[in-house]
Parts: sequence; structure tokens; C-alpha cells
Amino acid sequence: MIKILATPLIQVPWWRNNRKVGWLLQAAFGLFLLIAIALLLANLERNLARAGMRLTLGWMSQPAGFDIAETLLPYKASDSYGRALLAGLINTLRVVISGLILATGLGVVVGAASFSANPLLRGITRIYVELVRNIPLLLQLVFWYFAVFLSLPPADQALHLPGLQLAKSGIYLFGARLINGELEGGLRLSLELAALLTGLVIYSAAFIAEVVRGGIASVPKGQWEAAESLGLQPIQILRLVVLPQALRVIVPGLNSQYISLAKNSSLAVAIGYPDLYAVAETTLNQTGRGIEVFLLLLLIYLVLNLLISAAMNAINRLVRLQER
Amino acid sequence: MDYERSLDYKNPIPNSQKNPVAFLLIGLILVITGCGGVETSGNGRLDAIKARGSLTCGVDGKLPGFSYQDNAGKYAGIDVDVCRALAAALFNNPNKVEYRDLTSSERFAALASGEVDVLSRNTTRTLSRDAKGGNGLEFAPTIFFDGQGVMVPIASGITNLKGLAGKTICVENGTTTELNLADRFRELGVAYTPLKYQSGDQTFGAYLQGRCAAVTSDRSRLAAVKTSFPNPANHIILGDVLSKEPLGPVTVNNDSGISDALRWVIFATMQAEESGINSKNLKEKLAFAKANPNQADLRRFLGVEGDLGSQLGLAVDFVPRVIASVGNYGEIYDRNVGQGSRLKLERGLNRSYKDGGLIYSPPFR
Repeated sequence: MIKILATPLIQVPWWRNNRKVGWLLQAAFGLFLLIAIALLLANLERNLARAGMRLTLGWMSQPAGFDIAETLLPYKASDSYGRALLAGLINTLRVVISGLILATGLGVVVGAASFSANPLLRGITRIYVELVRNIPLLLQLVFWYFAVFLSLPPADQALHLPGLQLAKSGIYLFGARLINGELEGGLRLSLELAALLTGLVIYSAAFIAEVVRGGIASVPKGQWEAAESLGLQPIQILRLVVLPQALRVIVPGLNSQYISLAKNSSLAVAIGYPDLYAVAETTLNQTGRGIEVFLLLLLIYLVLNLLISAAMNAINRLVRLQER
Repeated sequence: MDYERSLDYKNPIPNSQKNPVAFLLIGLILVITGCGGVETSGNGRLDAIKARGSLTCGVDGKLPGFSYQDNAGKYAGIDVDVCRALAAALFNNPNKVEYRDLTSSERFAALASGEVDVLSRNTTRTLSRDAKGGNGLEFAPTIFFDGQGVMVPIASGITNLKGLAGKTICVENGTTTELNLADRFRELGVAYTPLKYQSGDQTFGAYLQGRCAAVTSDRSRLAAVKTSFPNPANHIILGDVLSKEPLGPVTVNNDSGISDALRWVIFATMQAEESGINSKNLKEKLAFAKANPNQADLRRFLGVEGDLGSQLGLAVDFVPRVIASVGNYGEIYDRNVGQGSRLKLERGLNRSYKDGGLIYSPPFR
């Protein structure tokens, strides 16, 4: 007995030590990955050198020489490629930001309406969601642009709605007047932007409505009944009792919908809206700098979506259940 | 092979499949390190085409007169005839061509990646497209000298470029047209809005729907597309010519096998017109050349003597093959865009140099 107790702990050989083997495998895999990446880069470099091309961003300061239909950032053809791309990025941000706000508004309304006591309203929300969700977005955009917006009358026969005039040359808010056969003044929205926003918002809102519906459904029925027994109106119940609890389920789901919307905005190129991707395509064609332009595009969309994700995570921390 | 079979016998599941991630990664590395270096020099592409037994040609596919599918679904047009001529020279069969429809923004990537052997898609020759530091293309001889024009509805009353001040103009994305438009209007000091679409269908569709006051493209292209409008007579191409647009087929840089073959197949159609050889009198001319040893030029050109064709890696008699299948340059022009077609374009700059045009072939010797 004594002899057995005194026996020192058996030395486990290193190849049977789970921790050591784990570390070794990790290190080997890391090394393998590094070699793989280095090989890929060296290969890219070698092939580019053979083609007489070097990765450079010098072309970005060259004059672009092409015009862009609409920009928030002042831009003219003699400006640089870099500025053209920046103007395109700002056009993209313009669509993404206004799209996020409008799609959220519409999505929340539709999602909440799917709990309405009115069967007609409930039916309409179901039809809307199922119809929009199951048709490809590209098809919808082309439909909105070529079939709907391009069918508007010319400027001198514009459709007049209160505070709004619709014509082939654009959508005019706040009282534009007809001068020499052209509508002028007021706030003009181009048909391309209008069609893109309409298509994106209607498409994304259907998905957001489903997220909102799921969130509201997650609130126990007892909460509705308790609020009702306190004498609250349906809208009050939603605003004061249900939505605050539903938000913790809704916000994480919204995150991926928002990222989708940002990525989908690049379909603008199909309907003539000069977003970042459209400008990049022209740039790529004129400069022949395919790798640089695409790396730049990848990086910009990646950063944009990481920012959206970070913002949504911050909001998520605010609304989540406080656990003590 | 035996070695592989014995491996299979002992171990029916290859090792690599046991670890799909490692398999994929290794595969990826092999693929990526492997590509790019294959067809950069010598006769690479030409040999590959011969081995494949057919030519892959990138075309527009929707442009009457240049490349489009007729009612029977067959491709036709000047750009298509270039591909057919090269296939005839290579395989003695003008139908050994696979066509790929490409948009103007896709075309250079498709050529560079090797998806198509030849890009015959009314492409304008410019310095930066030719240069190594630009798009890095190799231009074959210009087959159509064109200029950029502007089309408007007659009802608009617009008669010149100044009349387009403040108007919206539809244009295709990724074209020289886009740049010329910006240059000319900047010179004129006239403000305008360019509306850019990815394809010709969208560009002309938006114009027909009235989204823009005018549409701009090569004049030949405007004339071609106009014939497919519901009411061609309601549209007019303005007299202003915005630019020089020498259109021609393209191959990749640093592969002189394919680019030389293409270049001389095109020159052959031009030389044939100059020498008065066409698809109808080809047989007589051949017989005449064979019977008259003193007709050295004609005999060399038609491959009766010498080895001009095989110097290019083609058949010695590639010229008669080409002329028999597509005809000479004049026949190609008339059939597709000239008086024999719906487009009825004048020869203009595209006449032979002997008639005051720019079509000129270097000597076959």
C-alpha cells in the first residue's frame, strides 16, 4: 500500500496530453494558413507583374472624365476617380439611410397590423408579405422602374397630387412650377432614386414586418390581457406594454435585415441610379484597374455593414432584458 | 495508372476526402496558383482553340447589322462574320463558333479571363484600351470606321447638340461613348444629365419610354437599333459627330498566335475586295491562278504557291476558305449593314483606299 501511494504521478507523454496537442494543432493550422495566404499573395503579385500591372492607387487622382447623373457631393467630369467613387458612395449612403428609416416604419406598421382585430387588415398584410417576399428583388426593381415610374406622363402633363407632382422627369415635392415645358423649383427626386427606394423599402419592409410579427408574438398573451383589463386602448397596449417587451426579440432580427438592405442597394445599377457600384463599374472599365476597384468595393461594403451591425448591437444592449 | 489503381484497392476512400476542409484549401491553392500563367505567351490560345475544335467568340448579340440572332436563331452581322471567317481559316468550317452575348461592361473581363477567345463586339480602339498599363488588349484591324452620334425624337424639334441643354441623355455604362459625351458637352459649356444603363436594351428602352430627350451611341449602332423601333420614322440621328469610333475585334495582349491569325484573316477579306475576288468568282480566280505561274501575287494570296498561311499557324489555303465562307470585305459590308441590308448605311469611310476610304490591307508576301 505504502509503496503504491509513494509512486510519483505517471508522466503523461506529450502526445497524449490534450492541452498540449490542442495547442500544437492550433499552431500548425495557423502556420498552414499563413503559408497559404503568403502563397496566394505571392502568386497574385507574380501574375500581375507578368501582366505588367502593379497594385497601385495612383489612378484614383487621375481625372475621371465621365459625368454622374445626380450627386449630393458636388462633382464634375474633371474631378478625380477618387471623388467620383466618393460621390457614388454618398449616393449609396443616401439610399441606404433613407431606405432603413422608411422600411422600418412600414415594416413596424405592417407587423403590428398583422395582429389587428380586423380580418381584412390582417388578410392584406399576409398577402403583401407573401407576395413581396417571394419575388426576386431585381425583378421588382425593374418592374417599379420600367413599368411603373417610366409610365408617368411628361412634365407638361404632370400628375398633380397635394404637394406632389409626378412626371417622367422626376418626382417634385413642395410646389414645383412649369417653366418652358420643364418643372422647376421644389424638391426633386429622380425617377431612378424613387424607383430604387420604392422597390427596396417595399421588399425590406416585408421581411421586417415578419421580424416584428415574431417579436410581438413572443410577448405572452397574459400581458395583452392584463393591459386590456387596465382599460388601455389597443394602440396604447402596443406602445406601452407589448412593443417594449417585443423589442428585445425584434432588434437582433432587424440587424440582418438592415445589412441585406445595404447590400441590395447595389442593384441600383440595373435601373440607372448612380450608386457606388455603378460608378465603380465605369471606373473599372475606363482604368482597367479591376483588382484595385473590386478590393475597394469589397472593403467599403464590408465596413458599411460592420458599422450597421455595430450600431444595432449597441441598440440591442439598450433594449435587452436587464438581468441582475 | 497502375499505381493509382493499387492505391484505390487498398484504400477505397482517398485520404483527402476524410478531411474536407484541408482538401478544399489545398484544392483552392492549387487552382489559384495554377491559373494565370498558362496562356500568356507564344501560340497558347491558338493551339488551345485548335485542340478544342471550335472558336469561342464574344459578341453583342442584340445589335442588328453587327451581331444578332435572325428569326431562325442563327447569329449574323459584321462582328459575327469576323468569327466565322476565323473559324473557316482554322477548321475549314465557318460554323465552328460558339457565341457568347456580352454587355459592354462585361466584355473585357470575359476576354481577360479566357471565357472568350476573341471579342468581336464593336469595340472602339483607344490608346488606354490597347496599352499594357490600361486594359491591355490587342486590337485587330478596324473593320468599321464609325463616329458617335445622337438620336432624338423628331417631335422634340431638337436639331443640334446645343438644343440638348439641360436635357437628360441616355447612354450605356462602360463605353467610350460615355466619356466623349462628357468631353463634347464640357467643350460646348452645355449642362446635361447622363443617365447610364448596363445594357443596350435598357438604354434604348428608357429612351423609347421618354425618360431621356436623346440617346447617344455609335452612329451605325443608332441606325441599326432604329430599324427595330416600333416607328423608326419618328426618330432622327443628328448631324453632329461627337468622336472617332474605329470599331474592331480584340484579343488578349502577349499572345501573337491568335492576334496575328485574326489580323490577317481580316486583311484577307480587304485584300480580296481590292484584288476583285469575291465568293462568286473565287473558283475561276483559283483556276486562273493555278493555270498562270506568272500571277505571283495572286498565287501567293490564294495559297497556290508559298507558305504564307502556315507561317501564321493556319492552313496554306486559308484565304480561299475565308472568301468562300464569308466573302470579301465589300460583300460582308453590303450583306450586313450596306445596301443589301435593312440598315442601308453608306460605305463612307469604309470604302477601299482606292475609292477614297480607309480600308487598306498591307501586302500578302
